[in-house]
Amino acid sequence: MATAYDIAMKPGNIEEGGSAPAVTVENLHKSFESQKVLNGISLSVSRGETLAVLGRSGTGKSVLLRLIIGLEKPDSGSVRIHGQETAGMALDRMGEIRKKMGFLFQHAALYDSLTVAENVAFPLEHHRRDMSKAERGDRVKHLLAEVGMEGNLDKMPSDISGGMQKRVGLARALALEPEILLLDEPTAGLDPISSGEIDDLVLKLQREHQMASIVVTHDLHSAKTIADRLALLNEGKVVIEGSFAELQQCDIGFVQEFLKQS
Amino acid sequence: MSDREFTSVAGMSPPLPEQRAVPMPSVLSSATGLAGGFFEWFGNLGIFSWQVLRAAVTPPFEWRELIRQLDDVGSKSLPLVALAGAAIGAVLSMEARSSLTRFGAKSMLPSAIVYSVVLEMGPIITGLVVSGRVGAGIGAELASMKVTEQIDAIEASAINPYRLLAATRILACILMLPLLTLAADACGVLMGWLTQTLAEPQSLRQFIDNGFRGATFNDLLPPTFKTAVFGLIIGLIACFQGMRTRGGAEGVGRAATNSVVLASLFVILADVVLVKFILVVFP
Repeated sequence: MATAYDIAMKPGNIEEGGSAPAVTVENLHKSFESQKVLNGISLSVSRGETLAVLGRSGTGKSVLLRLIIGLEKPDSGSVRIHGQETAGMALDRMGEIRKKMGFLFQHAALYDSLTVAENVAFPLEHHRRDMSKAERGDRVKHLLAEVGMEGNLDKMPSDISGGMQKRVGLARALALEPEILLLDEPTAGLDPISSGEIDDLVLKLQREHQMASIVVTHDLHSAKTIADRLALLNEGKVVIEGSFAELQQCDIGFVQEFLKQS
Repeated sequence: MSDREFTSVAGMSPPLPEQRAVPMPSVLSSATGLAGGFFEWFGNLGIFSWQVLRAAVTPPFEWRELIRQLDDVGSKSLPLVALAGAAIGAVLSMEARSSLTRFGAKSMLPSAIVYSVVLEMGPIITGLVVSGRVGAGIGAELASMKVTEQIDAIEASAINPYRLLAATRILACILMLPLLTLAADACGVLMGWLTQTLAEPQSLRQFIDNGFRGATFNDLLPPTFKTAVFGLIIGLIACFQGMRTRGGAEGVGRAATNSVVLASLFVILADVVLVKFILVVFP
């Protein structure tokens, strides 16, 4: 079966900049001391597309996202954003690439000394210095309204629930109007209703902003709802990549076991 | 090298009797490991310093965060530093009075107090008080941000955390230490006079005149400005310990403790070098 990665990497599809996939990961290896976490992963995501990365705990799903945004350095392999190689790039140059990316952390990682509104305003204050205070305030209100948090501007992160923190984290990730959105377990630890709301929110944002998204999740239901394609990881490798129907038809034992247990 | 290993190097505890029975190769290998870790710690500190320096001299500059840190390091440390300086002035006055009276040099008391406070006690007390308050604060704050992924979130938002978090704090420590030292010196001299005048009334003007008689630029300014180096040490070590933390709440506690212990230790060691340097350069 030809995966989307294979299609993206066909001659003619690999071009610098514009027509290159938004994110291309090729033969990525990463170990922590003696523990091999990623063992030759290759994936690609195009504009407007959502890829869900599934797998058991400890298979390197979150590490994959951290490698894509440059918070970790790969042992070997390549990470390209819009065709530009980022592995080993200097911090300030990487910063320019990161302005095009939004990242929702597993535990939201809100700045605990700032209010909800200040958290969302934080990237704007640093990268949209041309914006007036009033314009920034309007943008923050708009972003928080988009994630249904417009009534909580002055609350501290410790005063809101986990689901609300994720919504605020999502608003912060969208602040710079990213072309690529990376979501690390957006529904982990949430009740089914909150999970459903986050899924709906991601779908809505996806429709409106046409970003390339990579969603790391354990939640097969959520993955099925929000993703165009799913990639299942095991022992640091992609076992299968395709639509949910293709996963269901796959006769690999691990895939069947994962779908059954999920 | 882990923080625990370094602390044990810094602690230099004597070997326990039963440790003498350990076979030689094992002792050698642990000593080699400890030495390797010691150099690794300094190597990592060097790399961290370079990253901070590079971030600090390239725009955009984080003026707002710098002002916030100047306030945090400066005005919030002022009461503690002033109190410590005043206490030292009072103690020096009482001790020196008794000693100088015994040697018939009571008239030297103002000079003894002023020179002791300005040359050494003010700077070192300020360094140690700021190591404790600011070192622990920076170490714990950054460590907490590190373990809750807030530093990663800053980096993911395309903001250089070395510039925003480390450079601003280090610069604030460098700029505020000499000013805090002046405050400690002033409180020490004033309290020295007050203690002296309670025992034997003397006007403040006369005390100051006697105390600073013959004092030159070389006596007063270099000891005050050497505390900028103390500020560099405190800020650098606290930021380094905080930003490399691992391991949840325990890691945060360890980072705060190590920041204070190592910053205090290096301030004292640096003082030895700086005093010699000042004596050579400003004879």
